[in-house]
Amino acid sequence: MTISKATETPSRRQVLITLATGSFALATITALPRWAKADTAAVDAATKELIGDATPSEGRITLDLPQIAENGNTVPLTVEVDSPMSEADYCKAVHVFAEGNPLPNVASFRFTPACGQAFASTRIRLAKTQNVIAVAEMSNGSVYTAKAEVKVTIGGCGG
Amino acid sequence: MANAKPRVKLPKSAAKGEIVQIKTLISHKMESGQRVDSKTGEKIPRQIINKFVCAFNGKEVFSADWHGAVSANPYMSFYLKATESGTFEFTWTDDDGSVYTKTAELAVQ
Repeated sequence: MTISKATETPSRRQVLITLATGSFALATITALPRWAKADTAAVDAATKELIGDATPSEGRITLDLPQIAENGNTVPLTVEVDSPMSEADYCKAVHVFAEGNPLPNVASFRFTPACGQAFASTRIRLAKTQNVIAVAEMSNGSVYTAKAEVKVTIGGCGG
Repeated sequence: MANAKPRVKLPKSAAKGEIVQIKTLISHKMESGQRVDSKTGEKIPRQIINKFVCAFNGKEVFSADWHGAVSANPYMSFYLKATESGTFEFTWTDDDGSVYTKTAELAVQ
């Protein structure tokens, strides 16, 4: 008759594994929500300053950023808004924000019906892996938003 | 920055109603104001181009406000609907008050 030892008393290895996974889980729970909250609050405040109290709805914006950016110093950003760009209905402005940068504002693009297409492309700096947010203001007062996550390998704020 | 060199690329001519792409680039360090001088330990003051404006025949058609998060040697690309022949005037405004300009022609058939 053989009885495995593990069923009677926990082995040294088992005790260590339980301890390690437990403390790791605890660390992630306490660390994650705190930084995520602080960053979105800064972006919300910056958005309010530029567009007022309007509540943005999803859609109409194509925000094109790489999923993984090796160099946070130059991350190509392209934003396009689905709009007829006529005198009666056009996209007035697109504001870009970065949640994880020391300052949330990135750039604002202002269009006129003469543009023919609400499109802007530039290169931006991202300090770390984060969400980039675009907010579009239309001529009729409606506001749209879009979000894209970028994983940054080397941060671009020289800290 | 004295040595800022603006560059602009766009087609020489376009058909009426065609939407043309305009690409601009200017050499500028775009000092973000976040970097720290390793010798003195002090923050390097911000010096960026904070405003870009594109005017066509004297009328503003596109503009951009830039913050510290725009990369060095800022690139900007956008579209314009060709309705008449004319002159583009591109203006970049620096934090220190200097203004860099460049003009380009577009012929519409």
